[in-house]
Amino acid sequence: MAIEQDEIEKIAELARIRIGDDQIGQVTQRITEILGMVDQLQAVDTSDVEPMANPLDATQRLRADAVTEVNRREAFQAIAPAVENGLYLVPKVID
Amino acid sequence: MQWETVIGLEVHLQLATVSKIFSGSATTFGAEPNTQASAVDLAMPGMLPVLNEQAVHFAVLFGLGIGAEIGMRSVFDRKNYFYPDLPKGYQISQFQHPIVGTGTFEIQLEDGSTRDIGITRAHLEEDAGKSLHEDFHGQTGIDLNRAGTPLLEIVSEPDLRSAAEAVAYLKAMHSLVTYLGISDGNMAEGSMRCDINISLRPVGTETLGTRAEIKNVNSFRFVEKAIHHEFARQADILEDGGKIVQETRLYDADKDETRSMRSKEVANDYRYFPEPDLLPIVIEDDYVEALRQQLPELPVQKRHRFVEQYALGNYDANVLASSRELADYFEAVVAGCGDAKIAANWVQGDLLGQLNRSELSLGASPVSAEALAGLITRILDNSISGKIAKQVFEAMWQGEGSADEVIAARGLQQVSDSGELESMVDEVIAGSAAQVEQYLAADEGKRKKLVGYFVGQVMKLSKGQANPKMVNELLAKKLS
Repeated sequence: MAIEQDEIEKIAELARIRIGDDQIGQVTQRITEILGMVDQLQAVDTSDVEPMANPLDATQRLRADAVTEVNRREAFQAIAPAVENGLYLVPKVID
Repeated sequence: MQWETVIGLEVHLQLATVSKIFSGSATTFGAEPNTQASAVDLAMPGMLPVLNEQAVHFAVLFGLGIGAEIGMRSVFDRKNYFYPDLPKGYQISQFQHPIVGTGTFEIQLEDGSTRDIGITRAHLEEDAGKSLHEDFHGQTGIDLNRAGTPLLEIVSEPDLRSAAEAVAYLKAMHSLVTYLGISDGNMAEGSMRCDINISLRPVGTETLGTRAEIKNVNSFRFVEKAIHHEFARQADILEDGGKIVQETRLYDADKDETRSMRSKEVANDYRYFPEPDLLPIVIEDDYVEALRQQLPELPVQKRHRFVEQYALGNYDANVLASSRELADYFEAVVAGCGDAKIAANWVQGDLLGQLNRSELSLGASPVSAEALAGLITRILDNSISGKIAKQVFEAMWQGEGSADEVIAARGLQQVSDSGELESMVDEVIAGSAAQVEQYLAADEGKRKKLVGYFVGQVMKLSKGQANPKMVNELLAKKLS
């Protein structure tokens, strides 16, 4: 399966990864090679194999519903670039 | 052209756990910003999620409540998008294998008819934080207290056909989840929010039109208004020969309009993949059976029982069964007075009316179920008329004591003494020569109307305390 360069550009944007114009061709080429490997895997007959969501042969352990964390806002906000009135400040985002 | 509205709803329900879904932070509403945001909620490097068992318990209870298939092996996925109130850059959600599968849900409409609405699925996920866009010198303030709060997203089939049906669905859902005790259902605090998927198609056709999604509507009234508005917008476009663009829109309650959230269009590609930090959740049959045993009587069952056991109409039964508290109150009144029909009228009319006007919840009602039953008992044994009863209720509401105390203190006891009534009737007849003449000249049919005048005068004379049945009998005798 081949992938087009504009698809690579879209995925890069969604993942917030910048790929330079000089690199985009190479990245497209490499991802196409990876997809080739995936195609090869897809060709294997897996009708008898149960789908796997996690490689560990275990199931999720659960914790009791109890508050175990204390307020550590001061420590966390000491390393934040900008805070005000207990809020973290970020560049303006609005729809 | 006649258009049919097709609506599907996604309800985001905040589950009533004390701690978050993947961390031990508190979920208390209204705390100081970021005081309930731990290293896990802030997405500090190396932090790992650990699932809250109560969230799983509540999700399964919900599934049983709508008779759905329970996902005996469900999987968490990462839903990827960038927004500052989502510090990890992904939301942990469920995509391919949700914890609750397909089910059905009965709703009742205003006219008392019922409809079954399909539930596609319900899955567990974490909430994001909150962005505050005002007052930060052109910057955005982020509060992560809400980040990681457990949500159950309940997705309906596109089975709803009007704003009224959508509201009926939400009310029924609210009632179900509060019966189950899995959410406080407090909409003002955001415990139940909904996304509305809406499209139009010509009446009589089957193909679904292109839909718009209206995000984050948080009250029954806004749901109704948003749907009306969106219907008008789409109908205008279609009738002008235009095409609906599939997009996310925001309902602005102040302006009563929906508008496009353009920035979300590009990002609407979440690249889900299984969450490697969490193992699949496996639920055992025994666990499901144990929860099934714990299910309370649900609103729909209670409604059907009220119709059968108390011979109530569908509408009354639906109102009274809408909350567990109200249903219990009603049943206590019935137990105390023995007349379900009158109890239903008083609870729905006078009691709920007063509670609304006083902005009180049922739990804070100054008139208990037993006290209301005491009042109704006095109507039933003819101690007071229905009209006087309203006055007594008012006094009870003001804290003047039980019905009997109010009746005694104010001297409201109905006059059923025939001698006393007779003298009042005589007095009225004596003072109404013209009306008597008119009455005697009238035919049988007209007389029935004219007698009302005399009854009214006697009631006036007795300050409303005369026994109306006896007054009628006495008048019939005296005027013939």
